[in-house]
Amino acid sequence: MKVKKLLFDPLFNNNPIGLQVLGICSALAVTSKMETAFVMALSVTLVIAFSNTAVSLVRNHVASSIRILVEMTIIASLVIIADQIIKAYAFDISKQLSVYVGLIITNCIVLGRAEAFALKNPPIPSFLDGIGNGLGYSFVLLVVAFIRELFGAGKLFGYQILPVYTEGGWYVPNGLFVLAPSAFFLIGFFIWIVRTFKPEQVEED
Amino acid sequence: MSSNDATQKILIVALGVCLVCSVLVATAAVSLRARQERNKELDKVKNILQAGDLPTRGVDVLEVFREQVRTVVVDLENGESLTPEQYPKGFNPETFQIKEAADSRVWGRAIPAEKDIIHVQRMPRYMTVYEIIHDGRIVKLILPIYGKGLWSTLYGFIALGENLSTVKGITFYEHGETPGLGGEVDNPGWKASWKGKEAFAADGRLALEVIKGKVDTREPGAVHQIDGLSGSTLTTRGLDAIIKFWLSEAGYGRFLNSLKERVPHEG
Repeated sequence: MKVKKLLFDPLFNNNPIGLQVLGICSALAVTSKMETAFVMALSVTLVIAFSNTAVSLVRNHVASSIRILVEMTIIASLVIIADQIIKAYAFDISKQLSVYVGLIITNCIVLGRAEAFALKNPPIPSFLDGIGNGLGYSFVLLVVAFIRELFGAGKLFGYQILPVYTEGGWYVPNGLFVLAPSAFFLIGFFIWIVRTFKPEQVEED
Repeated sequence: MSSNDATQKILIVALGVCLVCSVLVATAAVSLRARQERNKELDKVKNILQAGDLPTRGVDVLEVFREQVRTVVVDLENGESLTPEQYPKGFNPETFQIKEAADSRVWGRAIPAEKDIIHVQRMPRYMTVYEIIHDGRIVKLILPIYGKGLWSTLYGFIALGENLSTVKGITFYEHGETPGLGGEVDNPGWKASWKGKEAFAADGRLALEVIKGKVDTREPGAVHQIDGLSGSTLTTRGLDAIIKFWLSEAGYGRFLNSLKERVPHEG
């Protein structure tokens, strides 16, 4: 029961983007295509899971005066490793993700979970919490990317779904969806929908 | 946990964390470097082959490159192509990188502001260009080109045919233009529209241009015109400037002229 809660709560009940409104910057930048969003989601999920685990392992030995430094060192190292692996095994995608992999370091979700959860909990729940929050982030990223790529380019994962008029089809791509602001609107709608069904998430003025 | 606040403990923990992290990062960086370098080289070779309309799928691109492509170093100032013995000291065409060369004080130079229509400020003194050889003859010439679009500098190649005027292909391997708008420089259909266009008019004047909107094929000048990218006026303008810069005296003009003189082309 606890495992289920750790893994699935962050999907709807406590979504890092939807409720905590963390990690918006990268959610805007990498969601114009499913492929990049997927690799980004996977990297972020693994980075949160392992940084949570590592922070949790050292939590009883770190003085609070240097805890942020220790957390940042761990997160930065994991992100560099993720970046190196993507460059080695998914070169084309790494070119498209460019600086955004490196910017996972500054993704508020990672440090946020280290501070809020991993510092107070044992390694295994921390790992699960990381996976759960990663999934919450991934879910929003993939939904946004799905809508943006489908309506912006008529494609999914690079495969043509709606035949575009420039190549003799009927679909006129909606240019707004390839631009970053559309991700803002979509995330806004996502938050609206979730809060309509879960009114307890609505913040009091 | 007051013991954790002791200076000694803090130092040990900090050092320990740094040590473990640095070992992990160094291991990843060192063990993956060979693969990353290979990816970069493959990527470059693939782009050159694509610009030259050679197969890149289902073949060993490095082998195709070795067999059919010859690298030539060009001194852009006087248009001479250099033999390996003439390479300036320290110049290695295999590791040549446009960005590095342009920024370097030795290998690059500033572009005079009034000529800098591609808005990049600096350019290399020497460029590596690629000749595609078939039966001992140069059938295509692949020239690296670059320049500013709307958000980013576009890096690519343009391929010219045997007469050094007919465009055989164009490709951009690096850019950060808006996906779906300026990013349509990657659109295969648009890239194909370059094929068969003539860069130079009959009188030798550079005539190739990227226009705003669609080319009217009934116009006599259509053979020199390329459709602009709809919805991205500034990327289109950048592309037009890139062509005008690199195929003129400022870019490969002198080199192309010296090639034309060397290989007199019948009618």
